[in-house]
Amino acid sequence: MAGFTPTELWTFGFVALTFGAYLYIGYRNRVADTRGFYVAGQGVPPVFNGMATAADWMSAASFISMAGLISFMGYDGAVYLMGWTGGYVLLALLLAPYLRKFGKYTVPDFVGDRYYSQTARLVAAFCAIFVSLTYVAGQMRGVGVVFSRFLGVSITWGVVIGMAVVAFFAVLGGMKGITWTQVAQYSILIVAFLIPSVAISAKLTGNPIPQLSFTFSDITAKLNQIQIDLGFTEYTQPFQSKSQLDIFCITLALMVGTAGLPHVIVRFYTVPNVRAARYSAGWALLFIAMLYTTAPALAAFARYNLIDTLHDTPIEEARALEWVSSWEDTGLLGLVDKNGDGRLQLTPDADTNEIHVDRDIIVLSTPEVADLAPWVIALVAAGGLAAALSTAAGLMLVISSSFAHDIYAKLIDPGASEEKRLVVGRVMIFAAVLVAGYFGIDPPGFVAEVVAFAFGLAAASFFPVILLGIFDKRMNRAGAIVGMVLGIGFTGFYIIGNRFFGMPPFFFGISAQGIGAVGMVVNLVSSLVVSRLTEPPPPEIQEMVESVRIPRGAGAASNH
Amino acid sequence: MDSSTESRRTAYWKKNQRLIGILLAVWASVSFGLAILWPMTFAVGQLPAGFWWAQQGSMFVFVLLIFIYAWRMDAIDREFNVHEDEG
Repeated sequence: MAGFTPTELWTFGFVALTFGAYLYIGYRNRVADTRGFYVAGQGVPPVFNGMATAADWMSAASFISMAGLISFMGYDGAVYLMGWTGGYVLLALLLAPYLRKFGKYTVPDFVGDRYYSQTARLVAAFCAIFVSLTYVAGQMRGVGVVFSRFLGVSITWGVVIGMAVVAFFAVLGGMKGITWTQVAQYSILIVAFLIPSVAISAKLTGNPIPQLSFTFSDITAKLNQIQIDLGFTEYTQPFQSKSQLDIFCITLALMVGTAGLPHVIVRFYTVPNVRAARYSAGWALLFIAMLYTTAPALAAFARYNLIDTLHDTPIEEARALEWVSSWEDTGLLGLVDKNGDGRLQLTPDADTNEIHVDRDIIVLSTPEVADLAPWVIALVAAGGLAAALSTAAGLMLVISSSFAHDIYAKLIDPGASEEKRLVVGRVMIFAAVLVAGYFGIDPPGFVAEVVAFAFGLAAASFFPVILLGIFDKRMNRAGAIVGMVLGIGFTGFYIIGNRFFGMPPFFFGISAQGIGAVGMVVNLVSSLVVSRLTEPPPPEIQEMVESVRIPRGAGAASNH
Repeated sequence: MDSSTESRRTAYWKKNQRLIGILLAVWASVSFGLAILWPMTFAVGQLPAGFWWAQQGSMFVFVLLIFIYAWRMDAIDREFNVHEDEG
């Protein structure tokens, strides 16, 4: 096999093996009814639903980019760590158990039934589609990038291969196929993330457990000192990139947005009962935290190691390292000897800085930097693909169910037979795969801008509307609609104005990322006020609210 | 539904809400309190306390809070006889 490096051979092997496993699992879990297709027959045990949720939640961005982001943001990187985990507490305590008791298929189902309004159902369905579409574009792109970096395949072919695999298990198996492949994908991505982290931790500190060595070794203290010497601020110094208020709002918006994202919520429809939904949220967060508490350790270690290896090193000596030259070729690492002294200097000033590091390198290059065997590098590539594919599949199910269940079966053709509904579901998920693939090959330039919108929208619409639907029996249709319109309107106006039209962040300087927290408050306050000024909801709706608050009966309801 | 069933439902719901309130107070204290509003600088291991809460401690507490909720609700569900059948 001339022309292939050992790393490429290993990567090819791992990718072929894992993709084969996903196809096999998808085939074994094919379904024949809509309940299997949308909610996996409500038979997923809590621990496995936790793993599937963790894979669903942790995207290409969590796996590849987050540690790198933290590495560059220092303390302030905590907005992502706390923001993308803290939402599970809200989900577990305030939403998941009650939505499981409600026991239908989608989030718009709850909104439509609870607020006795097809308009509310339609608005919710469009929000769910919009939020999921913005998210899925980045996932397929991640698949393409991993393919092109590790296997030398073009991004387009990488996306096409990824699409074919997802389409196979999603169309055949729906939620059931997706769930069990996600369980496999979680196992791969967590092992792929932990092995290099453990190795670099052991190499730098002698302690293999990243969480312990991060807390108890002197690496971060040394990093602080280096940063000061080079003219940066300390790594552990808070509020360097953003104001304290902005950090507060972004963290809150991400937490609330997480709890309101439809592809996360629907995972809790798939467990057998209310008790399982509660425990399942705990398992999900435990599995997520295994990566999320490792990432900040990796971020600090990798930053220290990178500066230590490259700063003040003769440029020729740096380029002699194999990983330096291969990453320089991709354009993600840039070395320029601006002052002509033959050495590299890292400085906070863009005019004199000679080392440019793309944040995506931090995770992907760690195995090479730490001198690990080629098979570990290959495993990281397979892990990145697992993270991207699992999230993409979960999102596609939401897009498909919003069209096929909420819009088609509930609004357009309520009399459709079970067989017809299932066919429409399969067709829609296939269409979603094609759309996602298109965005992956030809990504619109505004993807990064609209991700803030996805969280803002979930925070300002779904979270308050569902929360009040459960905890405020007096909440009615008028209140919910006014709240959603004002919450989405305010958040959308602020984000679009700020990101696309140069509007200053007039609301106390809060950035577009954090404004969803304010949008949520706007929604809560306006819907509470309007609901008290208008008629209470009909008695049968109030009875429904009473019933979702009581666990007993959920299992029976699912056995229709 | 007779009035005693209704008052038991109300009592169950109150107890649930109280537990949620306590746990969310802890949730907010470790994240928004210790990590954002009042980051302290004394050392946890070798890290400043605020930084440790922001990048490690808060997440450990989040996981614990969910399991504590699930475990306490098991008892409360049984106390009010609204728990689900085994299986």
